[in-house]
Amino acid sequence: MNWVLFRRQLADRIAFVGAALATVFGLVFLFWILWTTFSNGVEAIGPKLFTEMTPPPGADGGLLNALYGSAVMIVVAIVVGTPIGLCAGTYLAEHGRNTKLAAAVRFVNDILLSAPSIVLGLFIYELIVVPMRHFSGLAGGLALALILVPVVVRTSDEALRLIPDRMREAAFALGLPRWKVSLQVLFSAAMSGIVTGILLGVARISGETAPLLFTALNNQFWSSDLNGPLANLPVVIFQYAMSPYDSWHSLAWAGALILTVFVLALNITVRLFARRRAFK
Amino acid sequence: MTSEPGSPVSLDERAGDNGRGETVSSRSQIAEVSSARSHSGLAERLFHWVTGGAAWLVLLILLAVAYSMASGGALAFKTFGFGFITSTSWDVPNGQFGALVAIYGTLVTSAIALIIAVPISIGIALFLTEIAPVWARQPIAVAIELLAAVPSIIYGMWGLFMFAPFMASHVEPWINDHLGVLPVVGPLFTGPPIGIGMLTAGIVLGIMVIPFIASVARDVFNAVPPTLIESAVALGATRWERLWNVTLPYTRSAIVGAIFLGLGRALGETMAVTFVLGNAHDLSASLLMPSNSIAAAIANEFTEADTELYRSSLVALAFLLFIVTFIVLSLAKLMLARVERTMGRTN
Repeated sequence: MNWVLFRRQLADRIAFVGAALATVFGLVFLFWILWTTFSNGVEAIGPKLFTEMTPPPGADGGLLNALYGSAVMIVVAIVVGTPIGLCAGTYLAEHGRNTKLAAAVRFVNDILLSAPSIVLGLFIYELIVVPMRHFSGLAGGLALALILVPVVVRTSDEALRLIPDRMREAAFALGLPRWKVSLQVLFSAAMSGIVTGILLGVARISGETAPLLFTALNNQFWSSDLNGPLANLPVVIFQYAMSPYDSWHSLAWAGALILTVFVLALNITVRLFARRRAFK
Repeated sequence: MTSEPGSPVSLDERAGDNGRGETVSSRSQIAEVSSARSHSGLAERLFHWVTGGAAWLVLLILLAVAYSMASGGALAFKTFGFGFITSTSWDVPNGQFGALVAIYGTLVTSAIALIIAVPISIGIALFLTEIAPVWARQPIAVAIELLAAVPSIIYGMWGLFMFAPFMASHVEPWINDHLGVLPVVGPLFTGPPIGIGMLTAGIVLGIMVIPFIASVARDVFNAVPPTLIESAVALGATRWERLWNVTLPYTRSAIVGAIFLGLGRALGETMAVTFVLGNAHDLSASLLMPSNSIAAAIANEFTEADTELYRSSLVALAFLLFIVTFIVLSLAKLMLARVERTMGRTN
């Protein structure tokens, strides 16, 4: 009898300790990764980083063109991806609701949300780079837009469906047509949820590397031409980190630090924002 | 779809006809009302059409991706036939391309990732729902989820410069000495301790997948009806018995769905694997040896592919990856949807 009790308590202890250790395991790696990025990247952070171009091996330089190119492509992705995602999300929440089409779109959208980004990049390569016959910042921006769309669809669908039907009924009772109800009443009520979704999407696409390898490629020089290869932070980090040169390594770490800080800051902001909203 | 567009318009018409015709005296006013009505009807249709079009576009994107991968890889499939999947030779100068090494590397690294991530994730979910003090739950959950937000290229750099050397100097010699001598499984664990290879890539992937599985597991653990837990407690069940006999069976299909979700992520992950897998087109039993994966092969070689057949072979790899992740993610979605329905019924 005692033996059984002992065994049961032992299993309980082991589960307790195991669960705690599992959590420690996860946190250790998070802090190890963050510490590595910080300690390797911090020494190369300086004014040069933001004022000079990516250098050839051995020379001094910065990441200006890469930062600029990344910003341009993210803007392209937002300009192209957000309206599409928002429209599809509106359809799902307002028009489609429980139709078969809406169910199919939600299903497909969730697949796209987790689909390998390298495949989506290859798709843009076949769709745009091959007919145009050259790599371009535009293709990079569209590849990122393709990754942004499902995030926005999902979050705007969810944000709109959270709005109580009372609000829709009140607006319809005032005689507003459905499109005005959506644009002027529901969007403003769901605005913080929609913005949250877009910011999360931006956080996701700003670190994406694989789809840019064969769409925007890279450019060692200053270029603001969307129609040609465009420098961008993730691909520069990839190329510099894989290179054998120390000076390139330290620039890659600096870029990694900038990227990590940007992405994590966006994520944490969004979470704080969402939590404050929940308490209201 | 067909009945939907009509409803708002008919609502409008009803409102307009609702006895109002008699109170509106002048013709111009009638004209104004009716023109406003038809204008809003047009805007209404336009709005419906645009949002519906965007929804169809999402469907179309998936089909277009599948079609373009299939047509881009058609040349490779035509040239090598089924042998493309079963051949291990990846001989660029001689134009011989087989996918087996990349497929094997993808599957093995993903399997290692799941072996690591599943118990750790369930442990984290258990910790967050049962053990941790309430004030610590939210911060720890956010920290774990930030693991998913770290860009995969950062995992790659950390893996290459920190984790691989750590594996090479501390872990792999031990594995060689202690696991490499075991019967049957020994060959899996013998090899040069260079730090770069399938084991390292699998562990990095496992860490990347943890937050996805852990957050679903935590949510479903939290959704287990309190009455079930309470009755288990009333019977004198320990924490472990509650987890093993009540929580896990009740949430089984959600957990399986979460695991498939993690598997989908692991199969398609590119940058982190590209850094630490070694890009070697050799089939090797040892987990310590460099290998290749579908995604890493595409990332490494696509811009260097100089012949039509070479490029087509890489796109054909992408097609295989797309099909496999599509199936895995569909299963995940079905599993999770089933749970949502049960949870909806019991709550």
